[in-house]
Amino acid sequence: MAEQEQIAFELVSPEQLLLSEGADMVVIPGADGDIGAMYRHAPLITSLKAGVVGLYDGRTVRDRYFVAGGFAEITNERCTVLAEHPIKVSELKRADVEQELKNAREDVQDAKSEEERADAERRVDVADAKLRALHAVEQG
Amino acid sequence: MASLKDLKNRIDSVKSTRKITQAMKMVAAAKLRRAQEQAEAARPYAERMQRMLAALAASVEGRPDAPKMLAGTGSDQSYLVVLCTADRGLCGGFNSNLVREADRRITQLRNEGKTVKVLAIGRKGNDQMRRLHPDMLVEGSGEIGKELDYTTARAYADRITKLFQDGEFDVCQLVYSRFKSAMRQIVTVQQLVPFSAQEELAEHEQGKDDARQFVTGGGDGADSGDSRGSGGTYDFEPDEESILNELLPRNLAVQIFRSLLENNAGEQGARMTAMDGATRNAEDMIEDLTQTYNRTRQAVITTELNEIVSAAESMK
Repeated sequence: MAEQEQIAFELVSPEQLLLSEGADMVVIPGADGDIGAMYRHAPLITSLKAGVVGLYDGRTVRDRYFVAGGFAEITNERCTVLAEHPIKVSELKRADVEQELKNAREDVQDAKSEEERADAERRVDVADAKLRALHAVEQG
Repeated sequence: MASLKDLKNRIDSVKSTRKITQAMKMVAAAKLRRAQEQAEAARPYAERMQRMLAALAASVEGRPDAPKMLAGTGSDQSYLVVLCTADRGLCGGFNSNLVREADRRITQLRNEGKTVKVLAIGRKGNDQMRRLHPDMLVEGSGEIGKELDYTTARAYADRITKLFQDGEFDVCQLVYSRFKSAMRQIVTVQQLVPFSAQEELAEHEQGKDDARQFVTGGGDGADSGDSRGSGGTYDFEPDEESILNELLPRNLAVQIFRSLLENNAGEQGARMTAMDGATRNAEDMIEDLTQTYNRTRQAVITTELNEIVSAAESMK
């Protein structure tokens, strides 16, 4: 296990390169389901849904980042995640997220146009995913 | 001849002007550093997105169902010119250079019989365009605001995407200023829709540009170097089209964000240079005025002495 090569992981937001480090495995929330990427993964480009990007050392999770969608590019030796507003799951606060979800739900109710509704619904999904992410962490 | 008091007042007022321009120069210098760092930090995202886009573009190339934003609508009758300027003035020719280039382009396109629409980002360009081409300015033009962040760029990109989906234009061009150094900004035109990795310099700037650092590393460079080098073609999930449909509007936002950052750096650089010049002019002026002041003072003293001496003489 120790001999195994690591996959180079990059987490990039429009503002800056947030993270660039190696990991044994990276799990990303692909549009068609979670994808685990290890060294020598087949080249792949996918869009992401709101969810958690996890970095693994062996079988244990080292870091979890929440992304509200984005894209990922996986090649043999690296995995690049482009995400808007990524945040460490440990920095999410349950109360804030619940408030966010409540606000977004209200916005859906109050939406005056199709676009406003679509935008609010998207925010509901994101907040919902955040809540699920927190839940998953608490469950271990 | 101006009286001593008038001269004194003028010197004082020029001195306070100098103080202001000097302060503005210093502020611009500090902001420039921040703006440069910000532009630097935003580069990795744009680069990686270009790389993905190039891989995707290569894989859907020539297919009839390729997204319109990538392949174009098949017509080039209507244009959207996106003009990025600064919110604030007092930065030399920065804004007027941008507006002039946009105006030239608009006039040229109109003479060719195309329909042209303008989206102005930044208050200065907005004001100018309202004066020059009020009939072409589309709704949604506006200011950048105090804090330049990705959300601002995203909002403008959404606006452009919506216009495109409504069939309001076929080709979209972005006019912005590329930051070269504090002394030099280059007015640049980039095609946003249909997607192109090429960047075209404003015509009058061609030949003057020695290092085309941003132009290279676009579409062709990225996909021949990277995707092939590291293990052949990509798989796509869910499929090319749906990724592209998400990625292209996102790319629009990134391009606009990047140009706003470049603009911001350029604006601060231009302001720094302009204020440096202004400070120097003020210094020259103070020197001149002080000299005139001293001469006038001498003249006054001489006249007074003369009067006293001649008065005493006549009393004898």
